[in-house]
Amino acid sequence: MIRRGKKPQRKESARPRRTGAWHLLAAWFQHHRLSAADSLVRVIENPGSSLLTWLVIGIALALPVGLNVALDNVSRVSDGWDSPAQISLFLQDGAGNDEAQRLTDELAARQDVAATRFIPREEALDEFRDLSGFADVLANLQENPLPNLVLVTPRTTLEEPEVVALRAELEEISAVAEAVLDMAWLQRLNTLMELSRRIVLAVGGMLVIGVLLILGNTIRLAIENRRDEIVIVKLVGGSNGFVRRPFLYTGLWYGVGGGALAAILVSAALWFLEEPISDLALLYESAFYLSGLGVMGALNLVILGGLLGLAGAWLAVSRHLVRIEPQ
Amino acid sequence: MITFDRVSKRYEEGRDALREVSLHIGSEDFVFLTGHSGAGKSTMLRLIMLMDRPTRGQVIVNGQDLSTVRARGIPRLRRNIGVVFQNHRLLFDRTVFDNVALPLVIAGYEHREIGRRVRAALDKVGLLHREWAMPKALSGGEQQRVGIARAVVGKPRILLADEPTGNLDPALSAEIMNLFEQFNQVGVTVLIASHDLALISRLHHRIITLQQGHLVSGGAG
Repeated sequence: MIRRGKKPQRKESARPRRTGAWHLLAAWFQHHRLSAADSLVRVIENPGSSLLTWLVIGIALALPVGLNVALDNVSRVSDGWDSPAQISLFLQDGAGNDEAQRLTDELAARQDVAATRFIPREEALDEFRDLSGFADVLANLQENPLPNLVLVTPRTTLEEPEVVALRAELEEISAVAEAVLDMAWLQRLNTLMELSRRIVLAVGGMLVIGVLLILGNTIRLAIENRRDEIVIVKLVGGSNGFVRRPFLYTGLWYGVGGGALAAILVSAALWFLEEPISDLALLYESAFYLSGLGVMGALNLVILGGLLGLAGAWLAVSRHLVRIEPQ
Repeated sequence: MITFDRVSKRYEEGRDALREVSLHIGSEDFVFLTGHSGAGKSTMLRLIMLMDRPTRGQVIVNGQDLSTVRARGIPRLRRNIGVVFQNHRLLFDRTVFDNVALPLVIAGYEHREIGRRVRAALDKVGLLHREWAMPKALSGGEQQRVGIARAVVGKPRILLADEPTGNLDPALSAEIMNLFEQFNQVGVTVLIASHDLALISRLHHRIITLQQGHLVSGGAG
């Protein structure tokens, strides 16, 4: 409320400016400055309990934010797989290589198709022999059991239902025995990601409420500790706003500190995981790297912390401060 | 400056603290308010500061009918009234300077102006040399004088005091009363609740006597 231990300068010539909007505004700003500084000093003067509050808020915020960063990374990996989805056309036994090649060229000219590739049955058999390790078994076969195959890659601009429709349309072609669109695993992954996001959101929501309550309780204790002071301030003409201000700033400082700590915790966790993940990516011959919060993300976290601090303080102040009246 | 018009105050537990009290205190008056404890002295002060509202009747302070003052307007009213409390009510974790500066900080004075006025007020009560002391380091009489400095630093037009000499020896009490008289001489309306009859009868000011909530004497100015 009042900056302690700092001597105001003596200057007798100073003229009071006590009237008008300018004075009110200046006084308002001055008290904001004093409240902010005074509450910061109070927070820092009790490093033990303040650090504990910061840690509680930091951990509660770091948990959902960290999970979210993890999900972002996973979806960055799966985005690489998302498209193009491929439609495999298994041709009728009767359709020969010439007909298959003609169909391949025909389909490649379509507006909604990006690329086509013809895999003759012989080639497919060779590939299968090499990859499967069933060479001996295959050698005993009288004839090639594999059909001719045309791989159709739809344009990436197509939405999922359009790709499904395209598959149905391609299956109608007489030379095509079966058209297979294998999107199921992708859909499962996407659904799983969506589910995870919602779980993170729900957990985050609960933790945010927890942070609000913790801050509210911390500020409530601060109010109780300074009850006498509040009564005196009210007796000598302090308005509710005047009394409220230092406590709101206290909440702000707790929240900002907690947000900053959360950013540090998330960054530390990412740093901790970075090496094994890049090793893992190397094993998969992937150029994947872990992406972190970034400066903006960290800043947002600090701002979020500050807003939560203010909200929690407001919660406590509006409930408890009004009840303290001089008796 | 202060007018009570048929004011009654009944507390929730059914005790009648004031019954049909009418009185007027003019501008620049010096008035004692006396009576046994429970006679209604504190209640009168509480009504003037809007720490309580009357059950019936009208209280007018500085030309303002207090029944028209809403909760939001109470701080503004209190800023125009200096109050000295029996138990001092100082902030014990702040210096003497900061305690006295509190009303000015609330009213939004400039930093330099605050320093100037606080020193003037402390000088007036003879405590300028203790401005950076903590209240705990002061004697009871000194603490009371810090309370008086805080009450007058904002140059209020009305000064209320509730048993300001309650815990002080006679010499100190006389000193404190002398301070109040000095403020009265520069135009402050002073109302002091006290049951120290020996002291106040020596001072030849108007005395309002309350008994069980009734006005017994001193009602007419």
